Amino acid sequence: MSDPSRLERRSHAARDPGPMAAVFVVLTVGFMAVALILPLLAVFVEALSKGVGLYLNAISESDALSAVRLTLLVVVIAVPLNTVFGLTAAWAVTKFEFSGKQLLLTLIDLPLSISPVISGLMFVLLYGAHGWFGPELRAMGIQIIFDVSGIVIATTLVTLPFVARELIPLMQAQGKDEEYAAATLGASTWRTFWQVTLPNIRWALLYGVLLCTARAMGEFGAVSVVSARVRGETATMPLEVEILYNEYNATGAFAIASLLALFALVALIAKTVLENQFAGDLAAQRRH
Amino acid sequence: MTAANPRLRRFVEPSALGGFWPALGFTLCYLSFFVLLPLAALALRPWELGASGVWRVLSAPRTVSALELSFGSAFIAACINIVFGTIAAWSLVRYEFPGKRILDALVDLPFALPTAVVGIALTAIYAPHGIMGELLTPFGIRAAYTPMGVIIALIFVGFPFVVRSIQPVLEDLDPEVEEAAATLGAARWRTLTHVVFPAITPAILTGFALAFARAVGEYGSVIFIAGNIPQISEIAPLLIVIRLDEFDYAGAAAIGMAMLSISFVLLFVLNALQAGILRRGAPH
Amino acid sequence: MALKIENISKTFDATPVLRDISLFTEDGEFLALLGPSGSGKTTLLRIIAGLEQPDAGAVRFRDKDLLAKPVRERRIGLVFQHYALFRHMTAAQNIAFGMNAKPRKLRPSRREIRDKVAELLSLVQLDGLGGRYPSQLSGGQRQRVALARALAIEPDLLLLDEPFGALDAKVRRELRRWLRDLHERTGLTTIFVTHDQEEALELADRVALLREGALEQMGTPEEVYHEPASAFVFDFLGDSVSFPCEIKGGVAVIAGAGVPIIGPHPNDGAATAYTRPNGFDVSPGDGPGLAARVRSVLLAGPDARVDCVLDGGGAIEMRLPLDVARKLAPRDRVTVTPRTVRVW
Repeated sequence: MSDPSRLERRSHAARDPGPMAAVFVVLTVGFMAVALILPLLAVFVEALSKGVGLYLNAISESDALSAVRLTLLVVVIAVPLNTVFGLTAAWAVTKFEFSGKQLLLTLIDLPLSISPVISGLMFVLLYGAHGWFGPELRAMGIQIIFDVSGIVIATTLVTLPFVARELIPLMQAQGKDEEYAAATLGASTWRTFWQVTLPNIRWALLYGVLLCTARAMGEFGAVSVVSARVRGETATMPLEVEILYNEYNATGAFAIASLLALFALVALIAKTVLENQFAGDLAAQRRH
Repeated sequence: MTAANPRLRRFVEPSALGGFWPALGFTLCYLSFFVLLPLAALALRPWELGASGVWRVLSAPRTVSALELSFGSAFIAACINIVFGTIAAWSLVRYEFPGKRILDALVDLPFALPTAVVGIALTAIYAPHGIMGELLTPFGIRAAYTPMGVIIALIFVGFPFVVRSIQPVLEDLDPEVEEAAATLGAARWRTLTHVVFPAITPAILTGFALAFARAVGEYGSVIFIAGNIPQISEIAPLLIVIRLDEFDYAGAAAIGMAMLSISFVLLFVLNALQAGILRRGAPH
Repeated sequence: MALKIENISKTFDATPVLRDISLFTEDGEFLALLGPSGSGKTTLLRIIAGLEQPDAGAVRFRDKDLLAKPVRERRIGLVFQHYALFRHMTAAQNIAFGMNAKPRKLRPSRREIRDKVAELLSLVQLDGLGGRYPSQLSGGQRQRVALARALAIEPDLLLLDEPFGALDAKVRRELRRWLRDLHERTGLTTIFVTHDQEEALELADRVALLREGALEQMGTPEEVYHEPASAFVFDFLGDSVSFPCEIKGGVAVIAGAGVPIIGPHPNDGAATAYTRPNGFDVSPGDGPGLAARVRSVLLAGPDARVDCVLDGGGAIEMRLPLDVARKLAPRDRVTVTPRTVRVW
């Protein structure tokens, strides 16, 4: 980097002065290495620090496996729910003009600014032993808090906006003309949705589902409030990490954490790939 | 066809497409169940204690210091993030260097990595015998189990919000504007401070607000590294969990309500500030 | 009478877009809705298609109430201004969409659909391009796919929204001729929206001129051009020049010169006279008529462009035969007289 201006692909006039480029790049790489990459590496180093054998033992333990199963179960319920929600909300918001739309959009984004712990807390206030509806539900034999259903509900709230937020801006940019064209050609709304709208948003939808899944798998704060945190029963993978860590079983905790981290890396790669597709969709829209 | 009821017509414009009422109905039911009803519970349940009871909970030294820690450390972390986030966004948009694409993808790592995983990883690194801990100890700095640990965790979770807010604005910035400034005789620094920086200020504010909002409520990545010593390194969300474990629903709800109210007020102020900047005619 | 529009009014957010519009088309007619942007022509088209609802009025097609029918049952082919092709479907799939969307009982067999698509592709001169996606087609090709897609449902009525708006000038002229031929072959009642008066006059059997949501004039291209009903129509259909005059006994007196008036005119008094830039006589020196000084003479073109500054203030831009203009030079003093004028 003897000539810092080589870092830039810009005309001479708009180039940054002196060593600014070199300093900025060094700061960026340094900061990200320490703040982001080091913790990621630490997960794998710690997980494997007592040898591969112990690592494999830790992730094949029955409690670990049931944590994986429970996490997948939560994902399999919460993500489709939020996908259907995202599609219907986006349809209503982007294909129609109605009063109060802005309020609805604010409401959809709201869960993003609620602390996960508060999200969990709100459901405890409703359905816990001393909640508004807790005693009645208990009398009917239904338990939500400290049960799997509570974990599902809390996770659904925390991940509620992810699909809708990806779809709404794209569908807004795409407009309504294709759907209107389908209507003039005699297609029903249902057919229009499946054959015209859905293919146009497929990459954004997949992207939203991916973000939603990643967050649902890793959700900790909300889940830890509504779960009984019983290993093998109501412990999701992140909860299992906490329980093992607090039992001074660092290797076990990092082993489970490494699985989550691996998934996070896969999600990042998929996200990068999808972003390229998605950009193509948007660009195609602009070309038309 | 939909011209039937004039009152309904005013609520929604008639459309050639169907499915509005089912879609809106489902959306509203869903939001009611998952957002509105829970929020109502959060807003109403603290008052079971009476106004004085709520005040007692919120003015208790432990609550006050927990709220101070949560908001204060979120503020400091967001400030650090807008410095490094702006530098990172600038480098990723303007410069070519090896590994740039990988670094760009890794910006989103905090979005993807579960908070509990982040929490134990940071603790391992900054504990006295961790790799960073050993580096810092000779200087007499203890990061783990102190408020500094809280800030470190909050920097991690907030970083991508800042970068991802600024990046698209920088990419859209027309290089011709900078070239024009140069042809008008402006020195490069002057161009940067007078032309480029004002253009990205709203984006920096957005990034700040998002990072701050996320950090205030953060739980998983903080509780492992914080040490959770009451009135020193105990964050507000943790205090809520503790109150819930004691079955003090109203007390937990009071703290939660306070957190949410303060957050909303601060975000509202930030929004207004940003709108003000935009109105003054800074580039879109 | 194929389509009959009766007293249609429409308001968007308290802004009236259409004011009490009534018009009709004959079977097989090619009608142009012409007007500047904001005149409400596209809104009227979308009301006919069913994409907008009017606040008042009726739309009848062969004496059946069209407004009572949902869009998908109207059998009206609409070609959108930006085509609105289904971007993830090939040209052939786009064209087949309407046939596939028919209820199972009415749906043609796959084979019939395939044959029909091939037939339509050849009709719009896109043989062999059925497998292309919209992004792989040029603007003119996309436009023809959109047209074929609309024709595939065998519509009773074809609507075109600014059909040439998004194309460059050369393609536009080619497509214009082609579209007129196509109309003659299919005989389909067609309404198209345009802001380009040349396009409307060249293509349409009749032209409906819209201004600020109201119908200004309707007639054949010849009628509207030669018998414009208002100054707006006269001005919109070609370049125009206007100046104050005094009407006295059926003649327009302009700076002392009496000029005959074409068409009806108001009662005696002050008025504004209109004429085309090529409707002037120019003589050197002073005399009855507008005293002026030549500002510039441009000879490059089939006729010459001569700009004059009037002594009384203002300027006139004229088109003169080349031989007349060659005798003029900047700063010459001249007298300008319109041969005839129109006054409303």
